[in-house]
Amino acid sequence: MKKILLSGNEAIARGAYEAGALVACAYPGTPSTEILENITQYKEIDASWAPNEKVALEVGIGACFGGARSLVAMKHVGVNVAADPLFTLSYTGVRGGLVLVTADDPELHSSQNEQDNRNFAKFAKVPMFEPADSQEALEYTKLGFEVSEQFDTPVFLRSTTRISHSKSAVSLGERRTDLPEPKLERNPAKLVMLPGNARKRHIDVEKRIIDMEDWSSSQPFNRIEKGAGEIGVITAGVSYQYVKEVLPDADVLKIGLVYPLPKKLIREFAAQYSQLYVVEELDPFIEEQIRAMGIEVTGKDKLSLCGELTPGRLKKGLFGEAVPSEDCSPELPQRPPNMCPGCSHRGVFMELNRAKAYVTGDIGCYTLGFMPPLSAMDTCVCMGASIGNATGICKVLSPEEQQKVVAVIGDSTFLHTGINGLMDMVYNKSAATVIILDNRITAMTGRQENPTSGFTLTELETYRVDLEQLCRAVGVEHIRVIDPYNIALTRKTIREEMARPEVSVIITTRPCMLVPRDNLERRTPLFVDQDKCTGCQACMRLGCPAINWDAVNKKSNIDKIICTGCKVCQQTCGFGAFLEYGEQS
Amino acid sequence: MSKVKNILLAGVGGQGILLASEVLSEVMLMAGLDVKKNEIHGMSQRGGSVVSHVRYGDKVYSSIIPEGEVDILFSFEMLETCRYLPLLRQNGQVIINNWKIAPPSVALGKQAYPENLTENIRQQFPNTKVVDGLDLALEAGNAKTVNTVLLGALSNVLDFDRELWLTALRKMIPERLLDINMKAFELGCQVK
Repeated sequence: MKKILLSGNEAIARGAYEAGALVACAYPGTPSTEILENITQYKEIDASWAPNEKVALEVGIGACFGGARSLVAMKHVGVNVAADPLFTLSYTGVRGGLVLVTADDPELHSSQNEQDNRNFAKFAKVPMFEPADSQEALEYTKLGFEVSEQFDTPVFLRSTTRISHSKSAVSLGERRTDLPEPKLERNPAKLVMLPGNARKRHIDVEKRIIDMEDWSSSQPFNRIEKGAGEIGVITAGVSYQYVKEVLPDADVLKIGLVYPLPKKLIREFAAQYSQLYVVEELDPFIEEQIRAMGIEVTGKDKLSLCGELTPGRLKKGLFGEAVPSEDCSPELPQRPPNMCPGCSHRGVFMELNRAKAYVTGDIGCYTLGFMPPLSAMDTCVCMGASIGNATGICKVLSPEEQQKVVAVIGDSTFLHTGINGLMDMVYNKSAATVIILDNRITAMTGRQENPTSGFTLTELETYRVDLEQLCRAVGVEHIRVIDPYNIALTRKTIREEMARPEVSVIITTRPCMLVPRDNLERRTPLFVDQDKCTGCQACMRLGCPAINWDAVNKKSNIDKIICTGCKVCQQTCGFGAFLEYGEQS
Repeated sequence: MSKVKNILLAGVGGQGILLASEVLSEVMLMAGLDVKKNEIHGMSQRGGSVVSHVRYGDKVYSSIIPEGEVDILFSFEMLETCRYLPLLRQNGQVIINNWKIAPPSVALGKQAYPENLTENIRQQFPNTKVVDGLDLALEAGNAKTVNTVLLGALSNVLDFDRELWLTALRKMIPERLLDINMKAFELGCQVK
């Protein structure tokens, strides 16, 4: 059979298709985003972005209660948001199969923490599969739907960044077409979780986990690979690949279902070795459960609780060998990410810096406002936190200090969970200023549509949420809508609203520079008139990647290949040195 | 069983590294080999440092190249080459694009872009080839074909049928950009 290269995320999307899923829903988040983007190629599946992960899961649950198979995807921290429906879904169980993908991010490549979501499986009593490559990502997604229906439970599929974003060869299968047609079917004793019903369901949940534990010991996804017979390793997910790389002769128990663990199989395997290892990233999730069975293992005493594993790190942990890394050359200038040239957030952060604002931040491209020289972010906790954090900190400050507090939040994050914070801010009479950086796209994850963009995941035109009206509806009286490319206006507005001892919202209106339907034309790049440039470096406060400092001539210049002509730099220059090509100098 | 070979692509977000590693992986797959490739998305369009791991052989396990086992460092930017040199095995090979992109600290005038990079790299790894990627891309007719020029240069040191490369390019590159990329690939192949 012909094989093709698929990323883990592409394989999960394909798995949902082959399993006969009819609905897929998600909120974008690295490293999970491409799952839904890829599902859109399968027209049989209704695919959509939800405003947040809780809604995404609730939509998935609805489809599952209607009798369809549904897939819901999110990044690890998204499961925190979706935890409320999740824990009760565990009690109701399913009608059509439901697979919830959690894409974890060990090493925090693009996240605010590196929580290990295997703990959610145990906490919510929901079984969890963990694939080790793209073929398994496809197979386990399909299997997840089968198991979901067989055991009347939602099923987790846990990926990690290195699974989601690695490509490996995959054989494809056909889509199932023999599933029952969805239709209404009432079953209130199972689906209405009033205490009387839920108490009974809880008993079923506990029995389900015990049943699955027995069952999974004889399932092929938990398999033993014989080696030289001297050392035994228990592992799962991407760690399996590193074990095969570093310990090619070890006997390996590769676990496909990481919760509930196949205890019978583990006992049989463990009994054969005097030296038994558990190799896993982040928490000692498998290790602790094996220790609780009374079996001695080597695990987190040798391997770190922090960061991801690599072949080298595994070698170092097990054998103490020194391993080279790219951090070996600390003298080289670092290359952190930066806001794009022409990004509409840049001028806002320069002005927040100049106004000495205390900025409660949020999750999005604008979190890069933390980086020097903008250096205008003081907190960043989670999606939507900026507004609640601003309300809270104002409660404990003097009226003068309260004036310094500004919350910044993007359009997508505001609709995700920021709007609740704003309701609270007005309701409880806070005094902070909120800036909604509306660039009409979920930019950081790679430009996904959201309810402020006017388009759906499948590019259908739809209603565009009017942020100004929305803020007014929750009671904000002072709303200023500004063009963030107008620096004087941005400065004046920020300062006036910071000084106001009431809640106020500033909405900035420039779309993301990278969005193709951007209604701005690409403008001509600027250049720096070297005779007029005095080398004062006022423009350098923007940290624009298109502006370079010429250390020899002590003047600024512009890289015309990447300059977008937003003209923000022109407004920082007191000497008229920033000119358009063709303009008289 | 043939040994697994490891190519590490390095550079700066926006240079077309991910597309280059797609083409490369496709060539390996068509040659009948097991292939894995791995990279971190997310920050790649925001000017950050980008790497992509490509591994191929009869059977590949880890998609991350074991540290110190990179056979070829295939780099799109001078400074990024230096960052990943420690991951190269002894006597490893380096292919560098002769292009400097200032990181923020350099653009802001806080740090200097390191000097004599090529000499330093050659000293450690005599098997180093420097390609004037941008010049050749401009000769092909589009600055954005640098990645294809570099693939041409890489194809010279790998033992795969030329036809596989051309098929992979035809498969991965949009129709309207194909001619210009084919020309870029040719120019890369001619680099000695």
